[in-house]
Amino acid sequence: MSKYTEDDLREELKTKEYEYGFFTDIESETFPIGLNEDIVRAISKKKNEPQWMTDWRLEAFKVWKEMEEPDWANVNYTKPDFQAIAYYSAPVAVDPNKTLDDVDPDLLAMYKKLGISVDEQKKMNNVAMDIVVDSVSVATTFKKTLAEKGIIFMPISEAIQEHPELVRKYIGTIVPTTDNFYAALNSAVFSDGSFCYIPKGVKCPMELSTYFRINQGGTGQFERTLLVADEGSYVSYLEGCTAPSRDENQLHAAVVELIALDDAEIKYSTVQNWYPGNDKGVGGVYNFVTKRGLCEKNAKISWTQVETGSAVTWKYPSCILKGDNSVGEFYSIAVTNNYQQADTGTKMIHLGKNTKSTIISKGISAGKSQNSYRGLVHVSARAENARNFSQCDSLLMGNECGAHTFPYIEAKNKTAQIEHEATTSKIGEDQIFYCNQRGIDTEKAIALIVNGFSKDVLNKLPMEFAVEAQKLLEISLEGSVG
Amino acid sequence: MLKINNLHASVEDKSILKGINLEVKAGEVHAIMGPNGSGKSTLASVIAGKEEYEVTDGNILLNGEDIEDLAAEERAHKGVFLSFQYPVEIPGVSVTNFIKTAINANRKAKGLEDMPAKDMLKMIREKSELLEIDRKFLSRSLNQGFSGGEKKRNEIFQMAMLEPKLAILDETDSGLDIDALRIVANGVNKLKSEDNAVILITHYQRLLDYIKPDFVHVLYNGKIVKSGTAALAHELEEKGYDWIKEEVNA
Repeated sequence: MSKYTEDDLREELKTKEYEYGFFTDIESETFPIGLNEDIVRAISKKKNEPQWMTDWRLEAFKVWKEMEEPDWANVNYTKPDFQAIAYYSAPVAVDPNKTLDDVDPDLLAMYKKLGISVDEQKKMNNVAMDIVVDSVSVATTFKKTLAEKGIIFMPISEAIQEHPELVRKYIGTIVPTTDNFYAALNSAVFSDGSFCYIPKGVKCPMELSTYFRINQGGTGQFERTLLVADEGSYVSYLEGCTAPSRDENQLHAAVVELIALDDAEIKYSTVQNWYPGNDKGVGGVYNFVTKRGLCEKNAKISWTQVETGSAVTWKYPSCILKGDNSVGEFYSIAVTNNYQQADTGTKMIHLGKNTKSTIISKGISAGKSQNSYRGLVHVSARAENARNFSQCDSLLMGNECGAHTFPYIEAKNKTAQIEHEATTSKIGEDQIFYCNQRGIDTEKAIALIVNGFSKDVLNKLPMEFAVEAQKLLEISLEGSVG
Repeated sequence: MLKINNLHASVEDKSILKGINLEVKAGEVHAIMGPNGSGKSTLASVIAGKEEYEVTDGNILLNGEDIEDLAAEERAHKGVFLSFQYPVEIPGVSVTNFIKTAINANRKAKGLEDMPAKDMLKMIREKSELLEIDRKFLSRSLNQGFSGGEKKRNEIFQMAMLEPKLAILDETDSGLDIDALRIVANGVNKLKSEDNAVILITHYQRLLDYIKPDFVHVLYNGKIVKSGTAALAHELEEKGYDWIKEEVNA
């Protein structure tokens, strides 16, 4: 029978270019490559930062110099040469006083290609956008509506100017400069990112959204996000990324800090689709991210992530459940294909009484990729009646990929209840044939099976993201049946 | 409708079908019986286009067209339906979502738009009533945690939804209690028409009390060794398969 075989599928995949792999030629102002104290100072000066911010960066740089790159993760890659990276790049055509209409037409065209036309977003989605292209935010919308509620949502560089007291009070309190190698580096050189503050008792009326995008070749990007939900407030924050195709590896080391004060709730959703490299494992983004949130009394932080991109991912969105009755959640779908490597999971640190955490992790591996879940559930001695439920499921496609689970549990209080479930399954030929027999072709069958497998997590995403995420899963796994 | 000529098929170089000849016309019901390992399920899989089976000789014509080069889904688009002996589980995909995807895939192949949600719901309601299926059942993950009877009923439900030209029921009666058997058989009978045909693969006469076959064939060692009417099934029920084996080996 001359069938459409696995090999045909593989061939087809090879010819499929990374969907968002294009490069927009925008004049950029880029610092000389390399990193030293002068560069750190220059970044700070460029941003017209107050002295305390410059000092904070320099302190972080000092710490970073003494640190070594971590190598405990289940990933292999050539270590980046930190002296071969330019640490600042801004699209020069941008003036902060410009309106959207004045924005570089090339840039707008790029948004359109990405399907994130700001105008469309404004009109249709009720989503406020703070778009980061390279390192400088070029468009901030819905500011007025948010301002009426007292919500602050702006590039962190602006927040440092306009709300220094808030930034200074919270930055580095959840992820200190000394936390880890990449967090220290980020603290020293972060160029921009988002700042968000929700006042007491305010429910943010719209999903807040930021699109990050690496553009300039050879430029690392170091975003810094700081989100503070004051007592009794609520916010849902969406973050999505795509990056253009590059041959050399690009470093992406972001830091996200969330603070949920008493009775506050933060929902933080991410769709990560950085360039994963080609089918030979050449190129692709190194994604070394530190994300952590702190819950005060009765507060709740919920992380949801769909990770399909990057050559190497190292990421553990975590919750410190400090307040009594606080709740932490982590819902994750991580897809790896070709030579991608992902080591991702979460840390749930139970400090308060009656704290609860839920971890649902769905790992999907295809091609020659390696996909690891790494998680820690820690219950401290004072955390009476802490409860955790963890479920880690892995789905394998083909015979050349790997799925790994590294769950760590530390319970120092006898009243803790910790449950861990794990499964590993393979997309079977029988499942595919069953779908085929009903008239569903193999590509669609895989999409159906993968979406079913990921349903528990997809359901946690805001509607507009869920649709995008489903599409992304399909694109990421095209031609990967085994 | 279906014409099989001198069909030889093997799996992993093991020859299983060794020259099958069979003709099924629209409006007919054929029963294929035979002892374990005679090649009944292989025949069903080969007609449906399962990849592991290699046709080494002969051909299968569907409405005069040789279907050898068609993928399984293309055969499905042409109206071939297989009710599986062991239906697979697809966690997280509801019965409704699955059937909706299947119906729209078939429509797309015919150049039609997706079925409007309203029509889909109406059809689901009608067909689930026909098979006495509880609505709650439809939102469960496909075949996950289903009893044997539920799985088979779900297969026939899908058949009812897809309205195939040629339905092959592979041991649909196994694992069914008498009530479920009656419901399933009743469903099949209601779906039968002058335009479609049914092939029943079974070990037992029991199913044939409910669905009356026009022809009964005995498959043994990869060949149809005896054909007859419903009376043949009764004879097999009474005497078993040994006399057939003796006849063949004599």
